[in-house]
Amino acid sequence: MIFGCVLHIHMLYVSIPKFLKSQRPSRPNNNIITMADTEEQEEEQIDEEIILLTEEQKLDIAKWFLLNSPPGEIQYVATDLRSVLNDDNVYQKAASQAFPLYNKSHIVCLHFPNRTGEVLVSSYSELSEDEYLDPRTAQVGKVDHVRQVCTQIRPAGDDELPSPYIEEYRCALDVEVSKYVGEAYPKGVSSVYCTSGKDVEDYGSDFELVVVITATRHSPQNFCNGSWGSIWNVEFKDEQQTVEVRGKMQVSAHYFEEGNVQLDAKHECRDSTVFQSPEDSADSLANIIRHHETEYLTSLQASYSNLPDSTFKELRRKLPVTRTLFPWHNTVQFSLTKDLTKELGIEK
Amino acid sequence: MEAAMGLMRRMPPKHTETALSALLSLLPDHSSDLLSQIDQPLQVLCDVDNAKEFILCEYNRDADSYRSPWSNKYHPPLEEGIYPSAELRKLEIEANEIFTVYHGSKYAHGKRGYLHEGGWEAIHVIQVGPEVQGMAHYCLTSTIMLSLTTNGDTSGTFNLSGSIRRQMKADLCVEDGHLCNMGKMIEELEGKLRNQLDQVYFGKTKEMVCTLRPPAELLPMALPDARKP
Repeated sequence: MIFGCVLHIHMLYVSIPKFLKSQRPSRPNNNIITMADTEEQEEEQIDEEIILLTEEQKLDIAKWFLLNSPPGEIQYVATDLRSVLNDDNVYQKAASQAFPLYNKSHIVCLHFPNRTGEVLVSSYSELSEDEYLDPRTAQVGKVDHVRQVCTQIRPAGDDELPSPYIEEYRCALDVEVSKYVGEAYPKGVSSVYCTSGKDVEDYGSDFELVVVITATRHSPQNFCNGSWGSIWNVEFKDEQQTVEVRGKMQVSAHYFEEGNVQLDAKHECRDSTVFQSPEDSADSLANIIRHHETEYLTSLQASYSNLPDSTFKELRRKLPVTRTLFPWHNTVQFSLTKDLTKELGIEK
Repeated sequence: MEAAMGLMRRMPPKHTETALSALLSLLPDHSSDLLSQIDQPLQVLCDVDNAKEFILCEYNRDADSYRSPWSNKYHPPLEEGIYPSAELRKLEIEANEIFTVYHGSKYAHGKRGYLHEGGWEAIHVIQVGPEVQGMAHYCLTSTIMLSLTTNGDTSGTFNLSGSIRRQMKADLCVEDGHLCNMGKMIEELEGKLRNQLDQVYFGKTKEMVCTLRPPAELLPMALPDARKP
């Protein structure tokens, strides 16, 4: 496959900032949240300049910042946002709405208060807005979203857990996946949930399990954070005697020492296997997951190693065509541009 | 202001424009500070007189018009716009001619990239102090903004983007001319930034990925699975 594209490279442009600034302060021309694409829009914006933001707009902006926090950085963003907003009502409201969404989409892992285990906050484990199930220990953790802590645990009720038939499949898969995660991720956490057909008692019906794997690394002292998350939907189809697998992997990294560089990578894939006993299914499913995740890591590394070679060279040559530094010294002697272009061998 | 800069350090670089306009609407009193301290992706406009494109930025803006360095005219036309003095204008013309050549020699123009899409933008702002005994003080602030996206069936989407900004100060002899001094500084700092982006910034994010899920060759010998043949 070939994907054509155009590289946008802008020219260097020299101007004299102090000169303009000292005489007349620049007037901000984009005073509302949406950026203008056309001139008409820009004119409209100027009319709105005087109008103060409504509470609703402030709330939307606040939520936007919180939800766009890189992995593991929402608390820092919240602190800065609070001081920029300077409006605690709006902040509290935004936090109470955005944190649960952030925690679920980033699959935040919270320790039980007694440290006997942990619960993953995700839409698959969600029983109510602040209660999340850990199927491995059959416990339910009560979560304080804004503080990002698990405050209490209680045993899960029978109606919250899958039937013994489903639990056999779930538990077998959980064991195999945990084994794989333990080997492949130095700090990985995994969990397996039943998302459909949890009350199926015996052969003859479809059901669905979801495998969630997450690994995060936060080292603010090194100005670096990152996360790996994968979600595997596993559909057991009784009639066809097959198991359909859909995987989504997402990797992000943020390095911010005197700058801000972020990696955001995603990949989706599909696979299938045959419907077998709980142990055999678990074994082949864990192998499928291991295979695709390893392959994806390899492709990520390939993307990185292609960067300096192809992409960077295309964008910016390390040295000009003449393989020498730019002849700044001689520029005055040239009748500008023409001779210089000749000199550099870039005549067009 | 500090908190605002803190937020900008964390928001995804591909959303810089949205984040900046959000901050502008929350902090209208700080708009000048925000606009001068946060670099945003550049836009270009065509100079009607010369049919050449020019960049729109804070430094050639007055009210809602932008002055083209080619024709020295505001687009759209502006009554009572601020113009540089004759001497400065002369320097501006020379500088733009030289940097056009520099740019042509350093950047592969509009080349097609295989499987890659991206942009590279560089903004250099130089302040020159008054000449004292043949020497002048130069302060260069350079920002490099870069965005790379790969899309493929087998590898999914891969977006790596970001910006870094550095300052360089020097006292140089003005004998060679301001342009020569500024040009050398820009070339040097741009080269440094490029290497840093490549080696430090991209390297760090790659390192992070390999810390999260180390590739097989970095793992301590995996225990052989007893159940498999």
